[in-house]
Amino acid sequence: MAVSDTKKYLTLSGLEPLVVTPESNFINVGERTNVTGSRKFLRLIKEEKYDEALEVARDQVEGGAQILDVNMDEGMLDGVYAMTTFLNLIASEPDISRIPLMIDSSKWEIIEAGLQVAQGKCVVNSISLKEGEAEFKHHAKLIKRYGAAVVVMAFDEAGQADNYDRRIEICKRSYHILVNELNFPAQDIIFDPNIFPVATGMDEHRRNALDFFEATKWIRENLPHANVSGGVSNVSFSFRGNNVVREAMHSAFLYHAIKNGMNLGIVNPTMLEVYDEIDKDLLERIEDVFFDRRDDATERLMEIAESLAGTSRDLSAQSTNIQAWRNDALQDRITHALVKGVDKFIIEDVEEARLASDKPIEVIEGHLMIGMNVVGDLFGSGKMFLPQVVKSARVMKKAVAYLQPFIEAEKDGKQEFAGKILMATVKGDVHDIGKNIVSVVLGCNNYEIIDLGVMVPPEKIIETAIKENVDIIGLSGLITPSLDEMVYVSKALEKENIEIPLIIGGATTSRAHSAVKIAPHYKNTVVHINDASRAVTVVGDLLKKDSRVYKEQIREEYDAFREQFLKRTRKKEYLTLSEARRNKFKINWNTSEIVKPDQLGIHIIDDFDITKLEEFIDWSPFFRSWDLHGKYPAILTDDVVGEQASELSADAKKLLKRIFDEKLLKAKAIFGLFEANSINDDDIEISLLKAQNETHKFLTLRQQSKKAKGKPNIALADFIAPKSTGKQDYMGAFCVTTGFGTQELAEKFEAEHDDYNAIMIKALADRLAEAFAEYLHKEVRTKHWNYDRNENLTNEELIKESYKGIRPAPGYPACPDHLEKTTIWEILNVEENIGVKLTESLAMWPAASVSGYYFGNPEARYFGLGKIKEDQIEDYAKRRNISEEEATKWLSPNIAD
Amino acid sequence: MSNIKKELIKRILVLDGAMGTMLQQYNFSEDDFRGERFKDYPSPLKGNNDLLSITQPKAIAEIHAKYFEAGADIVETNTFSGTTIAMADYDMEDLVYELNFESAKIAKQVAEKFTEANPEKPRFVAGSIGPTNKTASLSPDVNRPEYRAITFNELRIAYKQQVEALIDGGVDILLVETIFDTLNAKAALFAIEEVKEERNIDIPIMVSGTITDASGRTLSGQTVEAFLTSISHIPLLSVGFNCALGAQQLKPYLQRLSNETEFFTSAHPNAGLPNAFGDYDETPKQMQHYIEDYLKDNLINIIGGCCGTSPEHIKAIAEVAQKYKPRLIQEFA
Repeated sequence: MAVSDTKKYLTLSGLEPLVVTPESNFINVGERTNVTGSRKFLRLIKEEKYDEALEVARDQVEGGAQILDVNMDEGMLDGVYAMTTFLNLIASEPDISRIPLMIDSSKWEIIEAGLQVAQGKCVVNSISLKEGEAEFKHHAKLIKRYGAAVVVMAFDEAGQADNYDRRIEICKRSYHILVNELNFPAQDIIFDPNIFPVATGMDEHRRNALDFFEATKWIRENLPHANVSGGVSNVSFSFRGNNVVREAMHSAFLYHAIKNGMNLGIVNPTMLEVYDEIDKDLLERIEDVFFDRRDDATERLMEIAESLAGTSRDLSAQSTNIQAWRNDALQDRITHALVKGVDKFIIEDVEEARLASDKPIEVIEGHLMIGMNVVGDLFGSGKMFLPQVVKSARVMKKAVAYLQPFIEAEKDGKQEFAGKILMATVKGDVHDIGKNIVSVVLGCNNYEIIDLGVMVPPEKIIETAIKENVDIIGLSGLITPSLDEMVYVSKALEKENIEIPLIIGGATTSRAHSAVKIAPHYKNTVVHINDASRAVTVVGDLLKKDSRVYKEQIREEYDAFREQFLKRTRKKEYLTLSEARRNKFKINWNTSEIVKPDQLGIHIIDDFDITKLEEFIDWSPFFRSWDLHGKYPAILTDDVVGEQASELSADAKKLLKRIFDEKLLKAKAIFGLFEANSINDDDIEISLLKAQNETHKFLTLRQQSKKAKGKPNIALADFIAPKSTGKQDYMGAFCVTTGFGTQELAEKFEAEHDDYNAIMIKALADRLAEAFAEYLHKEVRTKHWNYDRNENLTNEELIKESYKGIRPAPGYPACPDHLEKTTIWEILNVEENIGVKLTESLAMWPAASVSGYYFGNPEARYFGLGKIKEDQIEDYAKRRNISEEEATKWLSPNIAD
Repeated sequence: MSNIKKELIKRILVLDGAMGTMLQQYNFSEDDFRGERFKDYPSPLKGNNDLLSITQPKAIAEIHAKYFEAGADIVETNTFSGTTIAMADYDMEDLVYELNFESAKIAKQVAEKFTEANPEKPRFVAGSIGPTNKTASLSPDVNRPEYRAITFNELRIAYKQQVEALIDGGVDILLVETIFDTLNAKAALFAIEEVKEERNIDIPIMVSGTITDASGRTLSGQTVEAFLTSISHIPLLSVGFNCALGAQQLKPYLQRLSNETEFFTSAHPNAGLPNAFGDYDETPKQMQHYIEDYLKDNLINIIGGCCGTSPEHIKAIAEVAQKYKPRLIQEFA
């Protein structure tokens, strides 16, 4: 039924309605209940402190938010569970649920989960043509059926709209599909035509504001009833730290955006100046930039921004004039160099300080430590980010290295440290990026670091701890067997009656594991630290004069956490192994398409042109390794970490160019494609071509948790045709590395006191290895195996794993069994052929390596094994021909309690 | 344009009254409820009114006929609890399809007879889709506010079964009624849209919410306008209110609804508020008086009765309804 034109306004509802009429002026969306935008909210959700999370929502509503944006997109969260739980709780708080919800996620399943628990008319944030028309239409149709409005991003298959024409083109096309093809109510469409930063100094950004205004105006005039929204704070991004200018810019931008028709948006009300109260001169210069009115608009705004910077005492504002700070007092210059990570003048300044001091050691304890304390404070309060701190450390190290000979000549001076900390990556593990970052950060805070490196046996840790009389022991690790190794180390320390606090960190470690599995074995304190920024506070608290109270507190906290954790573990039901096998993932082998590889057998790529990998790099994890969270490329313009991310990205690209130009890293790969059939439910028998009777077996593990009706209990073997079908099937295995050369380079950088690049090279090598795995998989799919010759996927689609077939890796969710690597090594003769070794915990060396299997069946998909039961351990031990104890040791992270 | 829309432009249509009140008069025993077929059924069946479409089809047909005689244009099928969710109370989930199919068929046969006798006044059957006995947006456990006894998907699947059977049985309209939790209704509407798409058919949908008390809100807390906003994404034939309140108490909410919506409007209020014994004593005359107020203010397109109303009430309502013009809506203005 047609609704009359006169009432075609966006209308939403919670318990009460919200009608967006021309008189509404501007609808403000509250966005603190967003895990990607608020660290606090993320923490509350992670810790399941939903009561406090509800308070955040309530504050938003009381603060005047008219729509509540809820986002649970974070890798470590079960997004569907978090969204469902939080919205269910909101539903029971009438003072919150009175306003409409904006269900914000990049994952459709999370959006759908949200829509299924909200009785009111919500807004979905967002959809776009990024993944093509089919997905766009499918989602839009369902959104309509769920009764929600939708934010449509100006984004299509070719990327994000960044000029006027592209904005118009994409919005017009989206509108046409929605309104004319899907009968989507036009008033339920909210376009987000992308607000980008202005005054960046780059020519291509000069029209950023103007294009947005004009596109908004065009949308409102040409796409009847559609609405326009945007995130306003992006616009002032170049002036981070200068709140006077930012607030004025937000206000002016909002003023013009609203005038041009923007009627919804996200603005932080505390970051808004009153338009009429903006200083006339400032306003003129801001508007010159917005409207691109003069060639020197940016310079003129920068100029006035500098003069206003003093009014907000923010440090980053000082950086606007590089030359000016050289005229400051000596201490200020040293502090500035440390905070900004500028090493250009540090020797000069330190020399001046040395001449002015009685003893050279005083420069370290005085000038430099004063500066580093500022760094520590800024980092601790979230005003500096990890890459900056590592740069500060680089400057510090240079300064100390310069002073060292003078200190030694004086003999009597010795640097006083705040404490001595032993750091080690545990036995069997080779991953050290995180450990190195924590070491650097602690080093910056005047702790003496004894870094034992990687693959450190427990005896060496104990011996060094005693000999050096360290104050704290830090253990790090990335692969799952390291979790057990840490338990072992803690027991060994206890046996030696060592009384030194233990800090635990690394990607697979968790507060739960530390509290449940480590703390009970060790009398002294055990603390888990999940990011480098927490390391400084924790170490500080552990080492302060009377730390007894703090230690007791930690102990109590962990005891309580353990109890709660064991109690709260949601009771899971499991099937017996034979029941699970009966409920396997069923592929119809009569109709399933099996493609015989064009090139069976083993292939070696010895010296690969590494530059080919650049386009295959997935950058998001790279930023994560530096504690900068967000998706690439959006992270480069992120409100909080964007500036740092951009800088880090530039530094990374610079080093990457060097790697390419000077051929600093070597890339090698080996892969094999073989005849294969599954046998005895969970095993895969493969035959090597040369010796027909030589067979090997891959052992796969099967999900055992009880599934919803109709959902299978999967094992990787299900993706391969059983021998009993009589059909010949195929699979592959591979190992790639880009790690040769990494260690040498890292050592070289370290020798130059450049921890920043020492860490950077490892992080880049890791990314290149992943890119190589991606590249090789594509080559295999489209050439060597050639089952998907028509594939044409972009890098983004590759990252999203849109391809046919899978390449699971031992040690990861579908196949947590690291022992499978030994089989791959045997079959491909990996070590002899390309030199990649396995450690006793089965980590690969060099660390920047990836190994795994190839499955080509179109129905094969990634899954997580989850927890398994004793009957499978027993069965597995028999198949692997090892003792149950040994099997338990390797699979312990996956064994149900 | 569907036949019913053509009628709605011409005149105010009358919906039937209570089914339960009428069935009480038959005083059916446990044995009557069971009939021959469910003689040995393990669970007690007395009170499962929907089952009577199978065990006492004559009584159901009789009641429909009485309402048509009284002047009703639309009767509701005897399927208020015809979902697997509500039928779980009697362990009769497997009977859901049959119950709905048979109920629809009975009503349709009666309707066709009346239409044949007087083609000038075509009669219609609305498939009654109740709210089930569980709520998707409220927790039954005050200590676990995040808990839900039923999910959207469970509701959607249950409603889909009911809708398919009702359509197979021949209903002209689907009536999602007595909505105390809007999320339940959204699941029903979602299911209807799925069936429409899968079968490539269109079928008029009536939606009727329930304002619980003088707070003016649904049980799940929504105001009239919020409720309307939450269900208007589907092209509806009509939107309205029923149950919980009498015609007099319902009027202000109906007024607000009528102001806001571009759909046709409906109301089937109770015969006043229940007395101390849970009975309804508003007489046909009194109810007629309150409903005439709706008509004078031009609020209504479809009008009938809910709990406590009888063919006498409907007769009184039909008499007054034919004196007034239907509420105009934009589409046909």
